[in-house]
Amino acid sequence: MQVELTHFLVVSTLLFSMGVFAIVTRKNAILVLMGIELMLNAANINFVAFSKFGGFGLSGQVIALFVIILAAAEAAIALAIVLNIYKTFSNVNVDEINNLKE
Amino acid sequence: MSLYDIIFYLFALLVLVSAFITVTSKNIVHSAFSLMFTLFGVAGIYVLLGADFLGVVQLLVYVGGILILMIFGVMMTNEITNVDIKTGTTQVVPAIIGVGLFAGALTSMMLRTGWNSQPSENMDTTTYAIGKLLLTEYVLIFELLGMLLLVALIGAASVARKEKE
Repeated sequence: MQVELTHFLVVSTLLFSMGVFAIVTRKNAILVLMGIELMLNAANINFVAFSKFGGFGLSGQVIALFVIILAAAEAAIALAIVLNIYKTFSNVNVDEINNLKE
Repeated sequence: MSLYDIIFYLFALLVLVSAFITVTSKNIVHSAFSLMFTLFGVAGIYVLLGADFLGVVQLLVYVGGILILMIFGVMMTNEITNVDIKTGTTQVVPAIIGVGLFAGALTSMMLRTGWNSQPSENMDTTTYAIGKLLLTEYVLIFELLGMLLLVALIGAASVARKEKE
């Protein structure tokens, strides 16, 4: 079977679903972040696939590059927040952290 | 089945299996390591799609940067001294049902839609064209993202810093 656009889209769909699964089920905040990274990667596969098959030139690849930059900024900020939460609550389980103040 | 197809299926299998291990493993360190294989596989898929520059950026930024940051986060937020770094799960059964329905609907949509797909002719390297696009058509977004990255890094440093008593 010749590999074409649909194959890439199905792979990215399954990757996205696993990211959603990680975000919904995991308690540890860092694993939730890993789920977000999986979802961003799935979106990026779509951008690059449409850039090759959709006839939009290289714009898709440039947007994917921007998404990678945003993911780096997001990971830095989110891990700083997670470290602060750990300092305050001594754990990072997202289902137990339900106070805005100590 | 051409060599291209075989390589695609290998990378797709690598991505999906290691992503599955990432989201289901009880041990956070195992999750982080299989996330590394997922990111490698996604870089391979980029290269298969003709995005060589993006594949290298993926390796540099994700595997070299974000993943290391994640592993630092794991090490700083768990007591390493007691050996088992376990983590719990919540609402697994409803999540499997919901995510399964979502994935099934989206996959059938992807398969049924008649995509008007014409693979564009293969370019030798994309670096030259991407650099040109970044400094002409997307120059505003490019500069704004540079500012955003600076602000995010300063913000992260000031959020994570110890407060003075």
